[in-house]
Amino acid sequence: MARFDHISSKYKLIVIGGSAGSFQVVSRILQALPEDFPLPIAMCLHRLKDVREGFAEALSLKTNKPVVEPLDKELIKKGTIYLAPANYHLCVELGQTFSLSTEEPVNNSRPSIDLLFETAAYAYRDKLIGILLSGANRDGAWGMKKIHERGGLTIVQEPSECLIDTMPASAMQATRIDYVLRSDQIIDFLRKLHKQYA
Amino acid sequence: MENIEKPEIEIAQLRRLIEMIKKRYDYDFSNYAMSSFRRRVQRFIELFRIESMEELIRKLELDKQFFKTFLSEITVNVTEMFRDPTFWVELRDEIIPSILMNKKEFRVWHAGCSSGEEVFSMAILLDEMGILDQVEIVATDIDYSILDKAQQATYNLRNMEEVNKKNYQRFMGKRTLEAYYKVEDGKAVMDKTLLRNVQFVEHNLVNGEKIGVFDLILCRNVMIYFNQTLQNEVLKLFHASLPRYGYLAIGSKESLIWCEYANKFIIVNNNEKIYKKIRD
Repeated sequence: MARFDHISSKYKLIVIGGSAGSFQVVSRILQALPEDFPLPIAMCLHRLKDVREGFAEALSLKTNKPVVEPLDKELIKKGTIYLAPANYHLCVELGQTFSLSTEEPVNNSRPSIDLLFETAAYAYRDKLIGILLSGANRDGAWGMKKIHERGGLTIVQEPSECLIDTMPASAMQATRIDYVLRSDQIIDFLRKLHKQYA
Repeated sequence: MENIEKPEIEIAQLRRLIEMIKKRYDYDFSNYAMSSFRRRVQRFIELFRIESMEELIRKLELDKQFFKTFLSEITVNVTEMFRDPTFWVELRDEIIPSILMNKKEFRVWHAGCSSGEEVFSMAILLDEMGILDQVEIVATDIDYSILDKAQQATYNLRNMEEVNKKNYQRFMGKRTLEAYYKVEDGKAVMDKTLLRNVQFVEHNLVNGEKIGVFDLILCRNVMIYFNQTLQNEVLKLFHASLPRYGYLAIGSKESLIWCEYANKFIIVNNNEKIYKKIRD
């Protein structure tokens, strides 16, 4: 198994982005998380704007973990898994709350991974971990760059394992990526991270 | 996302900008949600090729016209007709019939109406119910130029066809959306007679004066750009502008639960976030 030099208990939030081909990977990762995983996780997965209900429920069922769509100004709570709602951007405010926005789509996407990652990086600085998974467009690459610039940790899914590797490959082009990992290694990383908080 | 990246905006710089605007123009952005406000400022700086926050503050202070442009760009004006079709179904089938049980004529306030898409949605809905002339609509926004745009009633054709039309179909209106507009020079021009009972008024929800009493207030996806302090103040204004049992609709992912006045309302439909005032 890989060695992880950046493991520490300083992290306060994990953001995950994904698009085409990421649903299975996200499901596997969430399913493998220990029940008492301490960090909040905010996810932006590209989704159909017209289908407002059901996605978070489907993820919850598949992973046995509650997945919630935050309301505007909702407090970011420990150990909770959040999913960006349909047709809104999910952003992070200073003071550990979410905010939602109906601004223009970014990279043809609303929710946009770039917006979640950039605002999270602004608020959480070096206490943030960004994970970018399989996907068919460039959304998330700029956000990963911001996470790196502000001292956060960047992880992408190993492109050869991705159904469509445009997303992680674009991020690798845009900025320094700390770890390029297969999904089982991402799970291993999160489990080791979990031990830091015991 | 952007090609030329400017240095990152710091909170202290934003505070200076907000202070200057308040002093010079009497618009108060201090209780806007900082994350989106910062992003809007960043976008403005890039759009107008401004070198630094200092330059932005200087220019805005000197040039009133430039400030008007800033005001238009800083506010988010992305909206759709019949956004969340199930919301409009609920209005048509439940909320408005219940208002009509008590009165034949009533009043609606679109607070933060932007370019008017929701105003048109409402007018079409009322027209199809055959009650358009029984309803007085007031539509307000902070930005005078966007009200002008709303009254021109001219929209991007692609949005009309790809977004609005689909929403209307899911709303299951009586006609087709095309029945309400003509195509002119590649744009969709709405039937302006739909606006015959609509009054557009410039109005800022921040320190906003009460402008009347309304049976139904729509303020969807406007308060998401405010922090909780300001949301609370705006809710007080809405509370004062509703009779008992009047309705307030906010965006489907907004909530009032953390507002001081929340206990003066009950939730009528939690999916669509429609509230009813029950206490004075």
